[in-house]
Amino acid sequence: MGESRTSDDVIVLRGVHKSFGTFVAVDQANFSIGRGEFFAMLGPSGCGKTTTLKMIAGFEQPTRGQVLLEGEDVSRTPPYKRNVNTVFQQYALFPHMTVAQNVAFGPRSKKVDRAVYEPRVAEMLEVVRLTEFASRKPAQMSGGQQQRVALARALVNMPSALLLDEPLAALDLKLREAMQLELKRIQREVGITFVFVTHDQGEALTMSDRIAVMSQGRVEQIGTPEEIYHSPASLFVAGFIGSANLLPGTVKGLDGDDAVLELASGGTIRTRVGTPPIIGERYSVMLRPERLVASTEPSTDGRSIAGVVNELIFQGASTRLELVVGDGTTVVANMIDDGRGPSIRPGDAVHVSWAAGAAYLIPGWPSVAGATSTDVDAIEAAL
Amino acid sequence: MSAPTTVRGSFAKWLLNGYAALALLYLFVPILWIVAFSFNRPNGNYNIQWQRFTFSNWTDPFSDQGLTDALQESLKIAAISTSVATVLGSLIALALSRYRFRGGNAMNLFLVLPLTTPEIVLGSSLATLFIDWDITRGFTTVVIAHIMFQVSFVALTVRARIRGFDWTLEQAAQDLGATPLRTFWRVTFPLVLPGVLAAALLSFALSIDDFIITFFNAGSLQTFPLQINGEFRVRFPPAVNVLATTILVFSIAIMVTGTLFGSRKKRV
Repeated sequence: MGESRTSDDVIVLRGVHKSFGTFVAVDQANFSIGRGEFFAMLGPSGCGKTTTLKMIAGFEQPTRGQVLLEGEDVSRTPPYKRNVNTVFQQYALFPHMTVAQNVAFGPRSKKVDRAVYEPRVAEMLEVVRLTEFASRKPAQMSGGQQQRVALARALVNMPSALLLDEPLAALDLKLREAMQLELKRIQREVGITFVFVTHDQGEALTMSDRIAVMSQGRVEQIGTPEEIYHSPASLFVAGFIGSANLLPGTVKGLDGDDAVLELASGGTIRTRVGTPPIIGERYSVMLRPERLVASTEPSTDGRSIAGVVNELIFQGASTRLELVVGDGTTVVANMIDDGRGPSIRPGDAVHVSWAAGAAYLIPGWPSVAGATSTDVDAIEAAL
Repeated sequence: MSAPTTVRGSFAKWLLNGYAALALLYLFVPILWIVAFSFNRPNGNYNIQWQRFTFSNWTDPFSDQGLTDALQESLKIAAISTSVATVLGSLIALALSRYRFRGGNAMNLFLVLPLTTPEIVLGSSLATLFIDWDITRGFTTVVIAHIMFQVSFVALTVRARIRGFDWTLEQAAQDLGATPLRTFWRVTFPLVLPGVLAAALLSFALSIDDFIITFFNAGSLQTFPLQINGEFRVRFPPAVNVLATTILVFSIAIMVTGTLFGSRKKRV
């Protein structure tokens, strides 16, 4: 995952480590970001994602390790000599300049000829659809418009990579969703590498080509949204991306492509595995709620868990089923409304089953078994 | 429901307006007095009793050589000391707002001291220092004394004005390829300039106005306030009122220009 360093890697981090006093902000970051990629650094606050972005931008210097930009070590290069540009969380537009002057600031600082940069400024304002606002001051514009000015101001420099620090955090929900699509469109249009930092897993899944999930200064996993969602490398990733049921157990043996797992909550299940697990070791099985099916009968292939319905919560498109299994662990299933009305009531004994390959085995046990939400603090506390 | 509120509201409004008018009157009567007496033809040496309206005092405002010379000295001193103090004070304010450093808090205390120490103490101790060091008191010592309290004043005023300044703007400028120097001149400086100008104008006024500290350190030099004070024992000519009114008109002109300029910038 990103270890290969081809000439098409715009940014390469080699053993990057950053500490502030005794606090380790980033620990051994090793990854590459490819040309034209939409790359997300995702994690809860304090996970080191913003510090990593600042080291790429040049506002922080790594304690150890190297940051390579277009193959060149820029670890000690000041920000004004690096060909990357940042869109700041609060945009940081110059309040005393018009929109056009803001956008022209970069080229003018680099002593580009007026005849060269003026058409480029106009072109960028067109890309972000703000041509008619060129002579306005930032204070006279809405949050979404200011954001687009910040984008144009950065992109006009034709940077090797555009760095975005929580670019949508300051916008309200509706605007945020619109800007997600807008950012994707702009990125396709200009073809520049986008590296963006977010704590919102939904945002990362929607927009990115690849995601680096970070926790407590370490990169937990790098992969496509699908890889990270379906094959999380750690319990943290499983709990942080979407919601998941994490059931601790011990591998008792292998049977064909399946591992036989004795659950801590009682009962034995079978689950398909890629790389064979170590027999006798502790693993957790991850079951995504939307891949569970409830029925009154157990499955014949050992891919089901028995429990008692605790609660049914109608959520519109689906119904959330909360099941209590064995020792009191809660398992959550999302049931799609098939139009036949509720066949299950609280108190019923049911079985939830899943298709082969829907369950995923992760080494280790979570400190709290059962369903997780995407509530960051709860996950951090639970793991 | 709304009618009684309006009645009570209008009474409160009337009361507030009345109070405001009285407060303004209190502030402006002495000033208007000075202006009015610049049009008086006094009997004798003291222009303190209204006699007869005249324009004759204004036909040649700079006729009183002593007062005119003193005013010139005061303006020269204020120009030099304000320039120096504005640069030094603004840099101190920027450093204190921008960076956290060892001794920053102590620096805050040192800045307030010259403004809170009684002027009589500052003035006399400074004079003692100059005498001990065999420095002849005059123009230079007055400039040095004024710079001392003006630096504090400028630093505190500028710091108050740039509280809440968004320092990520500097990061943004550097991110866009601006060197630290260009960042300062194109981003930081234009944004703190209104605060710096306001501080400079006020500290200029402080310099023109200062009597006590100047009195101890002027030697044989006569500044405008010293000259008026000195002459008051024997005479109080209408020229004092004329020159004071001129200063007043200039101050108002600067203030109005500043306000107009400020609001024009906001509207664009």
